[in-house]
Amino acid sequence: MTKANTIADLQRGERAIIKSFFELDVPLKLMEMGCIEGNYVEVLQRAPMQDPIYLNISGTYLAIRLEVASKILVEKL
Amino acid sequence: MSDIKVALIGNPNTGKTSLFNRLTGLNQKVGNYPGITVDKKTGISKIDKDIQAEIIDLPGTYSLNASSMDEDVAVQVLSDTSNENYPDVVVVVVDIENLKRNLFIFTQIKDLGLPTILAINMADQMTLKGIDIDIPTLETLLKTKVALVSSKQNKGLSHLKKLIASYEGLDTAPCFVEQDTVLSKFAKDEKKKHHLETVRRYQFLKNVLEKTYSQDPQNAKDIRTLLDRVLIHRVYGYLIFFTILFTVFQALFSWSAIPMDLIDAAFANLSELTRTHLPEGIFTNLLAEGIIPGVGGVVIFIPQIAFLFLFTSFLEESGYMSRVVFLMDRIMRRFGLSGKSIVPLISGTACAIPAIMAARNIENWKERLITILVTPFTTCSARLPVYAIIISLIIPEEATLLSFNVQGLVLMGLYLLGFFTAILAAAILDQVLHITSKSYFVVEMPNYKMPLFKNVAYNVIEKTKAFVFDAGKIILAISILLWVLASYGPGDHIQQATEVVQQNHPSYHDEVLQAEVASYKLEHSYIGIMGKLIEPVIKPLGYDWKIGVAVITSFAAREVFIGTLATIYSVGNAQESTIKERMRNEVFNDTKQPVYSFATGVSILLFYAFAMQCMSTIAVVKRETNGWKWPLIQMFVMSGLAYVTAFIAYQTLS
Repeated sequence: MTKANTIADLQRGERAIIKSFFELDVPLKLMEMGCIEGNYVEVLQRAPMQDPIYLNISGTYLAIRLEVASKILVEKL
Repeated sequence: MSDIKVALIGNPNTGKTSLFNRLTGLNQKVGNYPGITVDKKTGISKIDKDIQAEIIDLPGTYSLNASSMDEDVAVQVLSDTSNENYPDVVVVVVDIENLKRNLFIFTQIKDLGLPTILAINMADQMTLKGIDIDIPTLETLLKTKVALVSSKQNKGLSHLKKLIASYEGLDTAPCFVEQDTVLSKFAKDEKKKHHLETVRRYQFLKNVLEKTYSQDPQNAKDIRTLLDRVLIHRVYGYLIFFTILFTVFQALFSWSAIPMDLIDAAFANLSELTRTHLPEGIFTNLLAEGIIPGVGGVVIFIPQIAFLFLFTSFLEESGYMSRVVFLMDRIMRRFGLSGKSIVPLISGTACAIPAIMAARNIENWKERLITILVTPFTTCSARLPVYAIIISLIIPEEATLLSFNVQGLVLMGLYLLGFFTAILAAAILDQVLHITSKSYFVVEMPNYKMPLFKNVAYNVIEKTKAFVFDAGKIILAISILLWVLASYGPGDHIQQATEVVQQNHPSYHDEVLQAEVASYKLEHSYIGIMGKLIEPVIKPLGYDWKIGVAVITSFAAREVFIGTLATIYSVGNAQESTIKERMRNEVFNDTKQPVYSFATGVSILLFYAFAMQCMSTIAVVKRETNGWKWPLIQMFVMSGLAYVTAFIAYQTLS
């Protein structure tokens, strides 16, 4: 077993599949925008100092902070 | 003619408002929902020759699980049958490029059992993006009727209107049926339930779209990647942002100077005309000395406010503002703010009221509160007339420093002072406030698009109108009150003014006599008495009682300061002189030194830079923070700071 990856560990341009997260760590709005298990996520860009992160989650383009990104477990593609 | 109610709802950035503009044209009005400050946009549209529809544009939202005041409005309207805005039919507006996410809210609305139509917007993108949709199957699976529209090219609207007109035939059954057995297990944990529900709805939509939607991935590339590469670049991104900001401010002040001068002159002429052409009497005086200058004081801000709204709505419509939020978030967070605080801080240079309302989309309560509390420090346009006149009094026009005009430099310095005070205050509040809230920061990065002229124009007109009427009401009331207080007083001092002055100064005649009588009247009017009463408090700041009166009245709104002084110095003054000359000639009663010395001038500038001199801002802070606690703290801290700095400045400089 390798160490679990989160969105925060992804490099620019990398794609992954969302695996799991705790409801308490992720705002409902983010889930409703498509951040749910099984959807793909691609890191498009990171702001200076790596934070926030600009993502394409299943066709929705949005930015979230590192704090939330580091709570969402993913599997790299 | 029958009237029906139609509600438009959908995600932000779906062109919902463009569609609304297309349907209603100029037949629209902006009001408020009872008790809250969320804008309520309604308009009238002729659906067919017998039906007229009242269209209501609900705030953009991603779902019906409201997480903000704006979103809550949508839920209220759609779920409460006794709500006055409860619609006969709902039109869900979706963006063709992200159907899955856009349809999410559609499935929720369908659950409410209302007749629902699906309007797929931006259909003009279909061929370009290689999108193909099987409309009949989609209609069957979602149990609805679909209209493909393009608000940009004005296409598909007649079909949409036809569907609205025949709304009674629509299927009102839900399209997505939840297996309650699984859900009820989590009934205790709201969030778990919502999570599961979200997953289920997306599963349903995935199945629907697999059968109906296809996109040729070859054509999926867009200009997003290209523009993002430059606009949010770690170096160019900031350079571009600051260049835009600088250009906007430059334009704001040089472009609006011309119309502002014209308006100023027009109102002065109007006042003069009223005085010369209407019969003498109380009403004429009230009109010429109270109401007209008062209204002029608001109207003069229209050019600046309109330009500012023009720029901000252009930046927002184009999708650029989200990029700025992304770029600035990390830096702003260091001061307890959010990247989203940029919007309030920039719009605060026009007026703090819309700026504070713009703080609503900051999810984190602590960051939002700090933004609300520090925004009034940014130099709003109401401070400008005060700054302009005081600077011109204390700094010679020809003074230069390194070939820059010193007057201009001081004005710029005051803007910077406002901005840095806001940032510093935010950093302090960040340390002092112990509110823990999660950094639920989600910002959608919409597609770049060329703003539609019509949308921008409507936006500017509406917002300017709202500002003028809101501020106008207050200023009108204040100017009438002020006029009454300055024209009447206790006892019979006012009536006997002429005799008293003639007794004391038997040698005075004509104009000199009139001026002396006027100033005697003013001193014994209610406002004169109030001014004298607070004189001991403001004396250490270098102000006399007349400035004191102006400070009191301008508590309503800063720009009233100049209006008040104009009234006080002009009453009965027959000489043809501008307000500036009168201020320059003003001397202290006891020492005969000029009132507007350098020390007093600096003291006034600092006082107005910091003091919370704006009733409307206090009112809006009260509404946005749900109570009197924060606006009162804000007022005492800001005005305390203003008093202390003005005191130190005057005492060291004089």
